[in-house]
Amino acid sequence: MNKLIVAPAPHAHSGDSVSKNMLLVIAALMPAYAVSLAAFGWGALITTLISIAACCLVEWLIAKFLLKQKPTLCDCSAILTGLLLAFNLPSNLPWWLVVIGAVVAIGIGKMTFGGLGQNPFNPALVGRVFLLIAYPVQMTSWPLPQGFAGRYVDAVTGATPLAAMKQIVKGNADLVSQLPDLKDALFGFMGGSLGEVSAIALLAGGIFLICMKVITWHIPVSILATIALFAWIATPEGFACSHEYILYTLLTGGIMLGAFFMATDYVTSPMTNWGKVIFGIGIGLIVMVIRTWGAYPEGMSFAILIMNATVPLLNKIRPKLFGEVVKK
Amino acid sequence: MNTFKKGGIHPKDNKIYSAHQPIVECGLPKQAIIPLAQHIGAPAKPIVQKGDKVKVGQLIAEAGGFVSANVHSGVSGVVNKIDATTDAWGLRMPAIFIDVEGDEWVEEIDRSSDVIRECNLEPKEIIDRIAKAGIVGLGGACFPTHVKLCPPPGQKAEVLIVNGVECEPYLTCDHQLMLEHGEEIMIGIQIVMRALGINRAVIGIEKNKPDAIARMQELAQKTLGVEVKALKLKYPQGGEKQLIDACINRQVASGALPISVGAVVDNVATIYAIYEAVQKHKPLFSRVMTVTGKQVAKPGNYLVRFGTPLTQVVELAGGVPEGTGKIIGGGPMMGRAMNNIDMPAHKRTSGLLFLPEEESRRGIEENCIRCGKCVSACPMGLEPYLLSRQSELQMWSEMEDHHVMDCIECGCCQFTCPSHRPLLDYVRQGKATVGGILRARAAAKK
Repeated sequence: MNKLIVAPAPHAHSGDSVSKNMLLVIAALMPAYAVSLAAFGWGALITTLISIAACCLVEWLIAKFLLKQKPTLCDCSAILTGLLLAFNLPSNLPWWLVVIGAVVAIGIGKMTFGGLGQNPFNPALVGRVFLLIAYPVQMTSWPLPQGFAGRYVDAVTGATPLAAMKQIVKGNADLVSQLPDLKDALFGFMGGSLGEVSAIALLAGGIFLICMKVITWHIPVSILATIALFAWIATPEGFACSHEYILYTLLTGGIMLGAFFMATDYVTSPMTNWGKVIFGIGIGLIVMVIRTWGAYPEGMSFAILIMNATVPLLNKIRPKLFGEVVKK
Repeated sequence: MNTFKKGGIHPKDNKIYSAHQPIVECGLPKQAIIPLAQHIGAPAKPIVQKGDKVKVGQLIAEAGGFVSANVHSGVSGVVNKIDATTDAWGLRMPAIFIDVEGDEWVEEIDRSSDVIRECNLEPKEIIDRIAKAGIVGLGGACFPTHVKLCPPPGQKAEVLIVNGVECEPYLTCDHQLMLEHGEEIMIGIQIVMRALGINRAVIGIEKNKPDAIARMQELAQKTLGVEVKALKLKYPQGGEKQLIDACINRQVASGALPISVGAVVDNVATIYAIYEAVQKHKPLFSRVMTVTGKQVAKPGNYLVRFGTPLTQVVELAGGVPEGTGKIIGGGPMMGRAMNNIDMPAHKRTSGLLFLPEEESRRGIEENCIRCGKCVSACPMGLEPYLLSRQSELQMWSEMEDHHVMDCIECGCCQFTCPSHRPLLDYVRQGKATVGGILRARAAAKK
């Protein structure tokens, strides 16, 4: 008989792995990415490739030379961070800014804390928010969707619906006419960050993730429901009805991307279902507070990062113990 | 369709290899080695000496305390010695060695295949016979059955739950037993109901055994108070608390016993042993065990006398297959990987599983990504990621506070972990330490 392997039970495994989860999320982002390519052409392609390459390189360098760990590129998490970072940037961002964003995302957002699983904040959002604060001009010049006909450098830029929404909220009711058609907002024919424009493609990807049991419904549903409820109560003047405002709110900016792909990041979201619901409600409230009263037209990144900070606290919420309450 | 509500996983059941294989009797060994501790509790005390002649079914060791069980010889022959033998994990265990001569049974055992339906014994007599026959829970825990059937004062049994779930992947011995001896099991159930003074029993069977469900349902229709519940497939449904939840929707509180909700749980194999003991005067000296695996030549269900070396059963199944990397005593979720198969079969050996080399190794451990899948999978509502971390850091009082003692060691957390973390290894270690602390604290209070 050859040598036998001895280990404690269990001797079976589900076959799930970190890389499998990461690849499924990447796959779920592909419909939205296809729309991005159609909308922003070369810019979308180049920015994404630079972002992914820079994220992987930074992770490899830090793991190898600073942390002296076994490089962990095989888990595909750096690829996903790179992709998500690119999704949160304007598609015409100069390449060196994309690289800076990647260095901050992986270097400060992730590896500083010890790598995968250790970071308190969503790395891609750390990178984006750093760029937004440090390079506000470049980060808020949005190229118009022109497909591959448009140029990466010196692309034609224009206002996004978010800027108009901000003005409407502030009382400029006539700007409602400047908003894109709801159908265009749904399918993604409008200006905005590289990956956030097509709400329907992101929604499809998100539902795919829920069906594949990569994520649960708790975070996205509680975010979207909170935002919808807030928008319903606080509909500004100028809209035909509050439903219209709710739809514009949900479909513009990074709400869908944030709700399904950024807030649901395993590492930086709570473990229990109740924790997830509170986390989602918190994000929804903060987004609407920023959009309604804050200085920024968009608030998803800040909302998620702020709620990331509450996760250790939310993880104190324990799951219900079996048989705690004895039914008679 | 019913199931338990919290957590659980869906491993591939892999029962096709040995399912529906008729129970085959394994031959007698040349020498039987019968361990004195085949149950939870105090080991039995030998009452035979070297040179004594013994018969099949003869009492050779007496229960060594209240929580203990009698041990009977599975063979006839001469006692060679009473000595220690090594089990499959290198631990020494006291045993009686018997050189086999012929196959002479104790006279009072009814060896006919007639089914005896009539039972007019008083509850006390029934429990006496069960205790005498050395019956223990054959589902895995090996807790002496007569102790379970005597509820502590002030608590009353209301319903008997019969475990026909067999939720461990690969194992099929209980399934086959229900198919071949359903009638006897039904009589056994009525005997236990009589002993407990109750009029309701629920048999829980998972829906991957439709023929067993049909057979037991057909028999239950003719029996007053017995009901069959087909259960949704989910592991660990055979866990006592999970099964009670699935069958009668009552939740046993943390730290409490099933009797606190009026339930007594017994495995179908135990019930069959009870039938044999009460109606046929046959003590527990054999059991059906599954020998299986993808590459096993003749996977099947084998009736083995205790004391028979496992090697002999494996020969019957076609020998150890080429390329075996792991041999597991029991199923893949809770069974124990063995160093060898030289040890004898006894009350606890429910199965032997041969895993090929490529399925034997654990995955490479990665960082915890805090996905929370272990939390959702835990049927007891614990936080395995946290408990394993606390155990690594030796935070025993925190572990106690997070209910580590509720862990049933089912392995769902580790099965589901995408980072291949050895969650249960750490939790088990912490549970053992915390258990020790709790016992020491209780002793100090006295």
